[in-house]
Amino acid sequence: MSRTAKLALLAALVVLLFAASLTAGKIWVPFSAWWSADPLWRIVLELRLPRAVLGLVLGAVLGLSGAVLQGYLRNPLADPAVVGVSSSAALGAVAAIVFGWAGGVFACAMLAAAGSMALLAALTWRTQSAVGFILAGTVLASLSGALTAFLISIAPNPYATAEVIDWLMGALTDRGWADLLPALPFLGIGALLLLLTAPALDALTLGEAAARSMGVRLGRLQALVVLGTGLTVGASVAVTGVVGFVGLVVPHLLRPIFGHRPAALLLPSALGGAALVLAADSLCRLAPGPGEVRLGVAMALIGAPFFLALLLRQRRLAWI
Amino acid sequence: MDLTIDRLGVTLAGRAVLHDITATFRPGRVTAILGPNGAGKSTLVKAMAALVAIQSGAIRLGERDVAALDPRDRARRIGYLPQDAAIHWNVPARDVIALGRAQHHAPFAGLSEGDHAAIADAVAATATADLLNRPVNELSGGERARVLLARVLAGAPQWLLADEPLASLDPAHQIDILDRLRARAAAGAGVAIVLHDLVQAGRAADDVLLLKAGRVAAFGPAAQVLTPANLRAVFAIDVSVTADSAGRPLCIPIGRATG
Repeated sequence: MSRTAKLALLAALVVLLFAASLTAGKIWVPFSAWWSADPLWRIVLELRLPRAVLGLVLGAVLGLSGAVLQGYLRNPLADPAVVGVSSSAALGAVAAIVFGWAGGVFACAMLAAAGSMALLAALTWRTQSAVGFILAGTVLASLSGALTAFLISIAPNPYATAEVIDWLMGALTDRGWADLLPALPFLGIGALLLLLTAPALDALTLGEAAARSMGVRLGRLQALVVLGTGLTVGASVAVTGVVGFVGLVVPHLLRPIFGHRPAALLLPSALGGAALVLAADSLCRLAPGPGEVRLGVAMALIGAPFFLALLLRQRRLAWI
Repeated sequence: MDLTIDRLGVTLAGRAVLHDITATFRPGRVTAILGPNGAGKSTLVKAMAALVAIQSGAIRLGERDVAALDPRDRARRIGYLPQDAAIHWNVPARDVIALGRAQHHAPFAGLSEGDHAAIADAVAATATADLLNRPVNELSGGERARVLLARVLAGAPQWLLADEPLASLDPAHQIDILDRLRARAAAGAGVAIVLHDLVQAGRAADDVLLLKAGRVAAFGPAAQVLTPANLRAVFAIDVSVTADSAGRPLCIPIGRATG
């Protein structure tokens, strides 16, 4: 099957899951409600549609940034969490919640993401090597994790603590157009910057020295990766909280289908991420009981065993 | 265009690796860079490809400073084959070779007719046609080395710098690769290769640069440089140098230098 055909199939899957996401939930909205005067229509328009759009773009940027980071670091275990963007954006949001700046969650998360990306760039611009990038990112991730825990421990009241914990789990629940629209420019520009890395990522397949000899400017590439990841992942964490595993699992899943070439994985990973988040979010809503399973939790519950199975299978292939 | 090394000094991590290297590499000839481990051969080649910072002196392509060239322009002029044969993703060999054209077409543009022709040439020169669709992880070390060489050849650079291109190749493929490199030189390109094998160096090189402890021990036509006295001074081995049937120096290491 040609690459175009595979991409078309994947896109069709995304459309299907998008439609399913509009329909599925505690209240099933039949497709007939879409064109009749059924009052259920309001559920679709005001609750489900923004949520589905959010799931779509969130999944797309998480998948894309995962694919870019794996290509940049030449490591299939890299994802936005490794470079500390998610946890520092979460730190900013948690600070806003704990100190009661209710309207400032988005801004604080973006600022914190920007700060940590600046720090990451400052720590790594001299080496421009993958190992330095991972080390600096890991340091930033643990630092923001510790600061987040500290903020929770000094939270003024249990409600703030509960709100923080709820938020940290990551969810698309009750996010409306007002949450989505401010994030869109960041997500769009970030995604564009990430897509621009494609040719350089391919060249890096042969290592840093070979890539430089082929005309790749590693400094420019690193700036694109840092800015693109910071904008996309920062903005998505700012809106939905931390949703892990998408950036890690999706490129992994698609590599056997679309090949290992990093640039060839970017678009498929964006589509695949969108499909995964839409599917997982629809399932979250279907959980029995009055509440919902949090998306971040569901993703980890589905993702971790799945990933483990994948790794075990690969190892068996390698050993026997 | 000549590749001129002018009083080059390179310091890596506080250690002076190259001192006061002066040599002019000429196109149309194969120049072999020889020397013991740690003599600075790889660093010299990297400096010529502008991959390491230069502390003193300069490297010029024609009249222009190599380090000051635009990176993509430099990539079109100077091809570099690293010693480290890493291919980090399990892509088909075809994709690796196609990377050799990256500096010739605009980013995101597909391969042009000219790109395909250059790739076909490189594939023919390295006998890699049967490997094109195979994932690189399934290739043997020698097959990978040929695919990586095809990548550099596909770029059709004016200057081709190869760091130990013969490592992990069997004798037949060593001879093939050296013949291809000689053919490139005969077609007008400049070729500089780091070698360890004195026999192959004698067979293939028009000029030889002998490095010892980061300094030039000898530089000139192969027949003048590959002498028992020079090789003894640089490698501390006794070498028997005769002429092969084509009149090229044939260096046979005898043993450690005595006395």
